[in-house]
Amino acid sequence: MTFSEYLSNSYENLIELSLEHLQLVAITMLIATAVGVPLGILAHRSSVLRPPIMSTTSFFLTIPSLALFAIFIPVFGLGSPPAIVALTLYALLPIVGNTVAGLSSVSPAIVKASRGMGMGSWRRLGLVELPLAWPVIVTGLRVSTQVTIGIAAIAVFVGGPGLGNEIFRGIRSLGNPGAENLVYGGTLAIVVIALAFDGAFVLVRRFTTPRGIR
Amino acid sequence: MTQTESSNEVMIELDELTKHFPGQANPAVDKLSLTVKKGEIVVFVGPSGCGKTTSMELVNRLIEPTSGRIILEGEDVTNSDPDELRRRIGYVIQETGLLPHRTIAHNIATVPKLVGWDKQRISERVDELLTMVGMDPDVYRNRYPKELSGGQRQRVGVARAMAADPPLMLMDEPFGAIDPITRERLQNEFLRLQAQIQKTIIFVTHDIDEAIKMGDRIVVLRDQSHIAQFDTPEAILTNPADDYVADFIGSGASLKRLNLSRIRDIEMATDAPIGRMDEPADELARRLDASEWSAILLLDDRKRPTRWVNAQDLRRPGFDPTTMGLKARAVVEPHATLSDALNELISSNGGCAIVADGDGAYLGVVDLETIMAAVRAMREQHARFYLAAKNPDTVEV
Ligand SMILES: Nc1ncnc2c1ncn2[C@@H]1O[C@H](COP(=O)(O)OP(=O)(O)O)[C@@H](O)[C@H]1O
Ligand SMILES: [Mg+2]
Repeated sequence: MTFSEYLSNSYENLIELSLEHLQLVAITMLIATAVGVPLGILAHRSSVLRPPIMSTTSFFLTIPSLALFAIFIPVFGLGSPPAIVALTLYALLPIVGNTVAGLSSVSPAIVKASRGMGMGSWRRLGLVELPLAWPVIVTGLRVSTQVTIGIAAIAVFVGGPGLGNEIFRGIRSLGNPGAENLVYGGTLAIVVIALAFDGAFVLVRRFTTPRGIR
Repeated sequence: MTQTESSNEVMIELDELTKHFPGQANPAVDKLSLTVKKGEIVVFVGPSGCGKTTSMELVNRLIEPTSGRIILEGEDVTNSDPDELRRRIGYVIQETGLLPHRTIAHNIATVPKLVGWDKQRISERVDELLTMVGMDPDVYRNRYPKELSGGQRQRVGVARAMAADPPLMLMDEPFGAIDPITRERLQNEFLRLQAQIQKTIIFVTHDIDEAIKMGDRIVVLRDQSHIAQFDTPEAILTNPADDYVADFIGSGASLKRLNLSRIRDIEMATDAPIGRMDEPADELARRLDASEWSAILLLDDRKRPTRWVNAQDLRRPGFDPTTMGLKARAVVEPHATLSDALNELISSNGGCAIVADGDGAYLGVVDLETIMAAVRAMREQHARFYLAAKNPDTVEV
């Protein structure tokens, strides 16, 4: 069976798996953003909390991915939940790191002038610091999303959804005729998803960056 | 120089204000006590690192004092809500600190929004302020800071600080990062503005010339914000309290005195012959002849000086007032100092500076004679000042 025959036979299956994959990535990114940006703000504002936050989020990346997925099976069982937790931990570092970097890149003169005009600390965060740090934060989200799309293929080992299933099925039956097609097909779909997200982020960054700092 | 402009009411009093940064051997500001009266510009001047910025930031509590008190309009604000306090104090810094992602109008509206003005009032105020600092609201309102020149950004910084009409303004080297020519212009504009708005201002600079020019009173600071001398520019130039102050004034104190008088304070010459661009040449020639001058100054229909033409130009066939003679350069405003006028006068080839009001309309001229007369008068006054200092009972200053 040629690759194109494989594609025309199983594109429906591939699309379904892609949608699962997308859903897994989307849930992960929502949670990771909701946790990562506030952690980044906290790390930026507190010199005491910064080192532990930064080293913990970096530490997650040093754990082999298969192990990190497996660690959560006893707590969450098989399926999506352990996959989402593990992926979220991976996704944190670029988000937290870029949030801190973006906030630190805001010119001290701008912060000082804002304080000097009587903007309280939360108002300053919302009206000045976050908008100015935004392009850097979006870049963090973009990197994080790319990492997550790739690693999400491993979710299959804890019974998770997504394109990992196709790839894994191919690997298990390697040696049989046409098995490598499954590996290529799953990988191709992942690459397409990654490119689509990348393009989307470029647009989001462009259209959400205030005109004065473009 | 402008003592009459300030009343004797106190705007702000600093009482033994001290800041000791953790881990440093000595306080950065050590028991600074002074009072600033309503409507005056008090300049903090001193070498870099002497504590000027720290002293200023203690006033709006960007830096919290280690000890001491701040009394603003009779109210002890040392422990009040810092954000509320800062909304009552205009703040301008050298780097401007404009919000780059906000339009000029939004930037200026910052404090009025914080204190809850309604939209209508804010937008009227923004236009008023832009006009006040010499920027056309229709052109600049919706621009972003990066679309302005350095001088314009600094103007917006000043407008933003004045937005909610604060009684007190703090300005930390506001013109320090600007090229000398633009700086001079901004200083003059600011003084003209101040003459209208009569704010109380604490102004920081490390440049003694700027201090002399801008200050109603000057605080010369040494290390740890210790006051070396607090007095009028005249008194400091004439009578430095000690060697430190004398050294800081540096050489050329006599030339610096030219910075103390403004053109509006001296007699300018108003006898220069003037004419309109559309007058016939023989009429202009007759007027020039009747005067003691070698050229007649032509004004346009809004009374703005355009060209100097001499008798020869006027006799030429086909006399054209738009191209003949010399372009009228060296125009100064009444607010300019004698030093500015002298500068213009030397660099103009006509040997005199033209004085025009804020709209550019002709008022008179200043030549070397005028300036020398003013200098002679100043010298006499200073001689009397010395006498007065020696015999306080016998001579009135
Ligand atoms: N935040 C700070 N922490 C520690 N030391 C400071 C801080 N700000 C200023 N200083 C020190 O205080 C002194 C006065 O500084 P500053 O007020 O900036 O001087 P100036 O404005 O006159 O140049 C300097 O020795 C400076 O190093
Ligand atoms: Mg300073």
